[in-house]
Amino acid sequence: MSGWLGPAEWEAVALSLRVALIATVLSLPFAIAVAYVLARTRFPGHGLLNSLVHLPLILPPVVTGYLLLVSFGPQAPIGALLEAIGLGVAFRWTGAALAAAIMAFPLMVRAIRLSLEAVDPKLEEAASTLGASRLRVFGTITLPLMAPGILAGTVLAFAKAMGEFGATITFVSNIPGETRTVPLAIYAFLQLPGGEGAAWRLVIVSVVVAMGALLASEVLARRMSARIGGRDD
Amino acid sequence: MIEVRVKHEFPDFRLDVAFEAPMGVTALFGRSGSGKTSVVKAVAGILKADEARILIAGTVLEDSKSGTRLPVARRRIGYVFQEPRLFPHLSVRGNLRYGMQEGDLSGVVEMLGIGDLLERRPGALSGGEAQRVAIGRALLSRPRLLLLDEPLAALDDARKAEILPYLERLRDEAGVPILYVSHSVAEIARLATTVVALNAGHVARVGPAAEVLSDPDIVPVLGVREAGALVRAQVVAHHDDGISELSWSAGQLLLPRVGQKIGATVRVRIEAQDVMLAATRPVGISALNVVPVLVTAVRTGDGPGVMVQLRAGEDLLLARVTRRSADVMGLTAGWRGFAIVKSVAVAAGNVSGAM
Repeated sequence: MSGWLGPAEWEAVALSLRVALIATVLSLPFAIAVAYVLARTRFPGHGLLNSLVHLPLILPPVVTGYLLLVSFGPQAPIGALLEAIGLGVAFRWTGAALAAAIMAFPLMVRAIRLSLEAVDPKLEEAASTLGASRLRVFGTITLPLMAPGILAGTVLAFAKAMGEFGATITFVSNIPGETRTVPLAIYAFLQLPGGEGAAWRLVIVSVVVAMGALLASEVLARRMSARIGGRDD
Repeated sequence: MIEVRVKHEFPDFRLDVAFEAPMGVTALFGRSGSGKTSVVKAVAGILKADEARILIAGTVLEDSKSGTRLPVARRRIGYVFQEPRLFPHLSVRGNLRYGMQEGDLSGVVEMLGIGDLLERRPGALSGGEAQRVAIGRALLSRPRLLLLDEPLAALDDARKAEILPYLERLRDEAGVPILYVSHSVAEIARLATTVVALNAGHVARVGPAAEVLSDPDIVPVLGVREAGALVRAQVVAHHDDGISELSWSAGQLLLPRVGQKIGATVRVRIEAQDVMLAATRPVGISALNVVPVLVTAVRTGDGPGVMVQLRAGEDLLLARVTRRSADVMGLTAGWRGFAIVKSVAVAAGNVSGAM
């Protein structure tokens, strides 16, 4: 593939994959926790949390990026603290991952929450009458039954993270090799005279990765549902 | 010994139930809405009652006075729900093992006849098979008490008939006390040691099954059509013409061939509507069973029917006759005459092994 893609293009693809992967993997536990809280608990502020989680979906991405910049930039208190302990994210690929994670988070939470709401609490009740602690019920009953939704949410979030543009460019800029992910590279190539060829190749890569992820999740989800749906394997 | 006291105020319903029962099968009986399931949920700890005291064989599961309240997971209550609630992502074996620390499945698997299902997925089971697996799963968690909440309600008659013998084996072999919720008198007559009749959130009557079922005052709770006494009989002979001869305290009882061996003690449910009364011993009739009886109580209901309690030998029978007949015949306590029971009216499903 690196023969077909130029070094700058390949760099963008590799970076995008890394950013999307890290963003998805690290936000997954939080997404499950937030989905659980939203689906299973009621408290004052429930609606507020729900809106907050969904905010990046509705806000202009530039706004999200700007808010990230003023919170995590080197001058901001949180940003300065992270810099001090060596975890600074401003203008680094980790910042791109943070932006991608935040933009993809609502999609992930939605898919997981839907699957959690489809889990029959009667099964969990049955498990607890069999002596299982709440943690064991969650790990052995709730989580496996949510698996298709978790998978769907993860794939969706991964695709979203691969394609994130507005928040990323606003927050961490467009630095080749550090924050120039595939969409940013396409944008950059389109600004250059004669850059259409490279842009096209990246467009094809984007389409292939997105389709591949979707197809893979489709196949996996069908297998999982068959396992859960209960017919004999 | 089971001790259950539950008080709970629902928005539209007041539950105030207290009963004690010996080991064996305690049937919680009542119409829908009488509070049966709420009692069971309180025993399991799923419903947090306003006030409760629940003791199983000396262990306190809950006592509002002392502030004891074991969480659901630590009560060791085997709860079998109306629907099997099997875990769909686990095999039958995985389901059976879920509540088990260690040990061997084989005894329970053999008792419930589910050996061929172990590697199957719950979705591939029939309703009756799934419910047997659910019973096995509850039993294998080594419960202090087994709660069966209308486990047959969702099944058709054929599936019910398939499971009932397993429930009898459970009662006779498992050695675990059972709290059995049902609104079917036929099921209770087959299984129950003790009957707790619930009516509108209160206990209408508690006692040994035969005593409660033959009480005419409890008939409105049971339902007139389902009313019937429970008597104990012993199989004496199986005759060539398809009739089994049994003996009971009132003499001989001839029934269509019963499944039990000669010498076995069985419980026979004789429905009130299948018992006829005569002032003198009738002759030349087709019914095979005629026994002398003494009327011990007469209960007049709202309808055209009257429920008559009879003493036959040492057992009690119920007869349902019209008010007109009762008036003409002068049926009151102390009346002596004869009860006629058509053999064929006692279906095989009404004869079962006694514990």
